[in-house]
Amino acid sequence: MSEGGTHTDARLVLARLPRGRGEWVVSWLLAGTAASVVSVFLCILASLLHRGMSGLTLDFLLGVVRDAGRSGGIGPIIVSTLWILGVCLLAALPVGLGTAILLAEFSASDGMLGKVVRISLDVLAGVPSIVFALFGNAFFCIYLGFGFSILAGGMTLACMVLPFWIRAAELSLRAVPNDYRLAAAALGMSRHRLITRILLPTAAPGLLAGLVLVVGRALSETAPLLLTSGYVTRMPGSVYDSGRSLAVHIYDLSMNVPGGEANAASASLVLVVLLVVLNSGMTWLSERFLHGRVLQV
Amino acid sequence: MTTPCCSRRAEDHHCASVVIDALDLSYGARQVLRRVTMTVPPCGVTAIIGPSGCGKSSLLCAINRLTDLIPGCRVSGTVRVGETSIYDAGTDLIELRRRVGMVFQKPNPFPLSIRRNIELPLRETGIRDKACLAEATERVLRDVGLFAEVKDRLDQPALRLSGGQQQRLCIARALVLEPRIILFDEPCSALDPIASAVVEELIAGLRGSYTVLIVTHNLAQARRIADQVGLFWVMEDAGELVEFGEREAFFEHPQHDLTKAYLSGAKG
Amino acid sequence: MTTVDRILLWVIRALAAVSGVLVLLVSGFLILGAIPALRHVGATRFLLDPSWHPADPSTRATFGMLPMIVGSLAATLGAIVLVGPIGLASAIYCRFYAPAAVARWYRRIIELLAGIPSVVYGFWGLVFLVPLVMRLRPPGQCLLSGILILTFMILPTMSLIADAALGTVPAEILRGAAALGLGRWTIVRRVAMPACRSGLCTALILSTGRAIGETMVVLMVCGNVARMPRSVMDPVRTLTANIALELAYAQGDHRSALFVTGGLLLVLVLALVLSAELISGGRIHE
Repeated sequence: MSEGGTHTDARLVLARLPRGRGEWVVSWLLAGTAASVVSVFLCILASLLHRGMSGLTLDFLLGVVRDAGRSGGIGPIIVSTLWILGVCLLAALPVGLGTAILLAEFSASDGMLGKVVRISLDVLAGVPSIVFALFGNAFFCIYLGFGFSILAGGMTLACMVLPFWIRAAELSLRAVPNDYRLAAAALGMSRHRLITRILLPTAAPGLLAGLVLVVGRALSETAPLLLTSGYVTRMPGSVYDSGRSLAVHIYDLSMNVPGGEANAASASLVLVVLLVVLNSGMTWLSERFLHGRVLQV
Repeated sequence: MTTPCCSRRAEDHHCASVVIDALDLSYGARQVLRRVTMTVPPCGVTAIIGPSGCGKSSLLCAINRLTDLIPGCRVSGTVRVGETSIYDAGTDLIELRRRVGMVFQKPNPFPLSIRRNIELPLRETGIRDKACLAEATERVLRDVGLFAEVKDRLDQPALRLSGGQQQRLCIARALVLEPRIILFDEPCSALDPIASAVVEELIAGLRGSYTVLIVTHNLAQARRIADQVGLFWVMEDAGELVEFGEREAFFEHPQHDLTKAYLSGAKG
Repeated sequence: MTTVDRILLWVIRALAAVSGVLVLLVSGFLILGAIPALRHVGATRFLLDPSWHPADPSTRATFGMLPMIVGSLAATLGAIVLVGPIGLASAIYCRFYAPAAVARWYRRIIELLAGIPSVVYGFWGLVFLVPLVMRLRPPGQCLLSGILILTFMILPTMSLIADAALGTVPAEILRGAAALGLGRWTIVRRVAMPACRSGLCTALILSTGRAIGETMVVLMVCGNVARMPRSVMDPVRTLTANIALELAYAQGDHRSALFVTGGLLLVLVLALVLSAELISGGRIHE
């Protein structure tokens, strides 16, 4: 329709397309599929709530781990998780931001490096988590001598989340309108001023969305941490101590501790709620500032 | 030599008229058409002209109820295609859209082969016989003058054709359903002058076999091919039909001031 | 270019080089770890040895990975056969059949499901699904449970990517199809799906990659018995679970054999990702 382009790009109300003869079977099948998917969701939710809701007390969140986790709380676990996350972010954010700035702002002049970096990041993004576990174990735990520690776990996670952080950061930087760069160039502004004073602040919401995405991924990973940061349930004293993350705790309670299901359910609730809050925040941020371009795969 | 199995015209082969009565159309809160009343006579070419934004394309979409698909679009009034009032409850939309063909401003062939583009709508009407389908495909491709150019590559992607060829393919695709009316929404505006001339000649040739309603920006084109002409204009933020009449009378002796001004190039 | 600019550029280049080198580092250590086993045991023994007992004293140690390879392939294949149609149906429902309000909520639910970590899916499988399967035939931890939970886990991703692919079909094509009197399912099946075929294939291939690389779910619900399964109700062990179970205590050639397993997985998944990129002609992750 040529009316000034007002409706050529509009989303069509496809649900109002007429159904042909005999298409009602398909319609019912599709609706049934959707209903089944929703039931699975409700079932998972119900399982977790049914088993874990009652155990979700302040004592649980802050208390120490007792009886291999059957009773007591997850206080030290949460602390370990936060420390692992901290190490991961400290390692990944600067490296990733620098790489993203290179890819977004300097890639014309650094053609070769940019290309190599991009390909290697795509490959890294596809590596399965268990392979990172092998790498982390061999490199951080053994070669660098960190042993089973929060440090090794955090660094391994940093390697895993790096490609996704770089993608998000690069997208945010590219989303900054070119007018700003042109204006800065016309004013004779130096490159570093352009980046620190204009580009980074403007890209900040998108970077925040990327950060949230990274935190979500880091919290969800289990296998690499199993083999790099270990199983210890004590409150960690330093990053060289071993410590288990929330996800590892859930695994241990489910598989290795008979009678641990209740606390596993409670811990799962904590983890899921945390992730839901993070994901919603990220969706809201990327819809508002990036037009929904950061897909959490 | 016609193969009866492929022809739907046996049932109701005559071209239909369109009678629009007090049509109001709005997108959400914004009214686009106000109290449009006009009659499109059967078997002739009727042109609708006017500046951008006065609802001409929306009018076409109201005739085959494509307006249903636009979120927030509301239509009131009556539209009769032939004997059927199409906004009645229980209207068979699929049958309506087979009876009312539409060709869009930008050619939109399906990302399929040339042959499948034409066969797909025909198959949906229940015709499955390969010989029938092939015969119908060839017939409409000849009608639009495309057969000689594409007969050796019918199974190649339609998107490889040039703009003008794609538009002719879209016209052929609309023709294969043997509609009683064909709506054209500025069919030549996205084409180069030569392709444009070919398509225009093709449309003029449809006179007598189909009712043609064409929206066009091109006054000269309207003058060349139309039997009836209608002028739309934006009055108080909504489009209205200002004048409607036979081509000679419309161009030589316009009644309304706006028409006079528009035709002389003073406005729009 | 001021001096500060120059310094900044070099700092950035250094950081980017770290990113670039990372993949080499990972593959390097993987290869280094795998070499001893490849040298002492030899690649053919990984396929031909009768069983997996790598910790036995060296003369009697066997390194037959075939049961785990079959376990991984069976679980992945089973999950993909289910996830493909169901994920596609879910996406089609969301785009073409659901009223606007329902579609919004449905998409939100799918996004929530996509955010649930695999360990929670594994936990749910253990406490909900495995007891159900056990009533059918003990033990409950078997290939079937693994396939089902893997399916549930991958379904949201498949649905979301397929949904995005369907969204790339230009509105003008759909409008043209509607104007020709085509019914809704015909439009979906014969116009929309062919139009985004490469996107749908990419969705399937990426889902397959996720299934093969998944560790926690299969670790928790598949039973972890390193024997060739004879039916879907038998317990299996996948390549990923194998590594997770044994790495902590494996020594020498045993440990090295696990690195070989990791290398095999890496090659498989990368081949899938590469074919997805080829099919979609560029960046898959938007």
